[in-house]
Amino acid sequence: MESYYDPKHLPRFAEIGKDAPELWKKFLDWYTAVFADGALSEREKALIALAVAHTVQCPYCIDAYSTACLEKGSDLTQMTEAIHVAAAIRGGSSLVHGVQMRDHVHAISM
Amino acid sequence: MSSLRLIPTLQKREHPLSSPDRQKQLLDALPGPSFEETVAAAGRSPLTAGGIEVLQVNVGKRCNQTCRHCHVDAGPDRTEVMPEEVVEACFRLLEESDIPTFDITGGAPELHPRFRQMVVRARALNRRVKDRCNLTVVALPAHADLPEFLAEHQVEVVASLPSVNTQQTDAQRGEGVFDQSIAALKRFNEAGYGREGTGLVLNLVTNPTGAFLPADQAALERDWKIQMKRRFGIEFNRLHTLTNMPISRYLDWLVESGNLEAYQRRLTEAFNPLTLDGVMCRTLLSVGWDGRLYDCDFNQMLESALPWTIFDATPERLASRPVATGRHCFGCTAGAGST
Repeated sequence: MESYYDPKHLPRFAEIGKDAPELWKKFLDWYTAVFADGALSEREKALIALAVAHTVQCPYCIDAYSTACLEKGSDLTQMTEAIHVAAAIRGGSSLVHGVQMRDHVHAISM
Repeated sequence: MSSLRLIPTLQKREHPLSSPDRQKQLLDALPGPSFEETVAAAGRSPLTAGGIEVLQVNVGKRCNQTCRHCHVDAGPDRTEVMPEEVVEACFRLLEESDIPTFDITGGAPELHPRFRQMVVRARALNRRVKDRCNLTVVALPAHADLPEFLAEHQVEVVASLPSVNTQQTDAQRGEGVFDQSIAALKRFNEAGYGREGTGLVLNLVTNPTGAFLPADQAALERDWKIQMKRRFGIEFNRLHTLTNMPISRYLDWLVESGNLEAYQRRLTEAFNPLTLDGVMCRTLLSVGWDGRLYDCDFNQMLESALPWTIFDATPERLASRPVATGRHCFGCTAGAGST
């Protein structure tokens, strides 16, 4: 079945570098540095990436960082908690806009 | 003792993958380069052994667990037990050599009727002794005093625990294994294992609970030490991360779950030539329950035997021997390596 998303695209990610190799190299160097062990561990960074992947709803990133989280030593409970954090921020973000809604309603109401 | 969830072994089920030849054929038919081609392409010579530092004795395939990834296809329905004459031949080799480490594995090695005699005898020869313990064996009434026995003889315990998560551990090793393993680790701590200043070594071994590679050993050890202490009050010395070998019951699971080709590709792509210097086959001699010899426990299960047996082996013959390799060897050379 045709789809805008194809799992076979993920291992072909590097093809994006073909017509802009210098930009691709800069991106890859930066990307690699971002995920290296630092003040945050590689495991913590993979959990953040997994949560963000759900927020941006990227199926490639979800597959890639589900595997990465397991390979960095996280378990399903920790990964589920991470996406709850993402979901809570998304939900909270919607709700906090309700203050704007309330202000607007009060401004135009008797 | 609460019972563990068990599954019949591949052998009991008369499964095609109980045949080592069938396993090798399946791996060889997968796309991708051979292990030997990959080693050569990295500019390295074929693997050879460089002397024996570890005599690893597989005393049989009986086990009180039936882990889904078991490369031995061990379980309660297996009957292979190392006979008396093979045990004696192992000790003859140990006495006639200066091999420093005697490593007892299985199955559950403690179920061998002469396990404790082997420990006492190897320690009397002043060798370092390792017991590859599945932990739940301590819950069996006949082995309840195992921690104290091993402590008395200063045996190094190498204990299997894939995850600090109950579901992950039980999914791989059988329902009920996690709780019994935690109880056993507490018993080992009570006997002095893993405690500072006792000299009693308790190392844990973790392997992935699915079709993915293990975590970085040092980072995971840091996490586990914190979690095990905080959640259970358990201490241990080192954590070793192992990669699952695509053979036997794990191979069966890879096929059944549709993960085989992707997993083998993952192992192959993660090939790291730097690991070749430290792979276990270079310094280990593996003895099968029937006295046949191998370069490692994985080659043993694939029946890639050396041309000698324990009855005619000498350290001189075994030194500098070529190592039998195959597609499964990518499991020991992926990423940071697996020993």
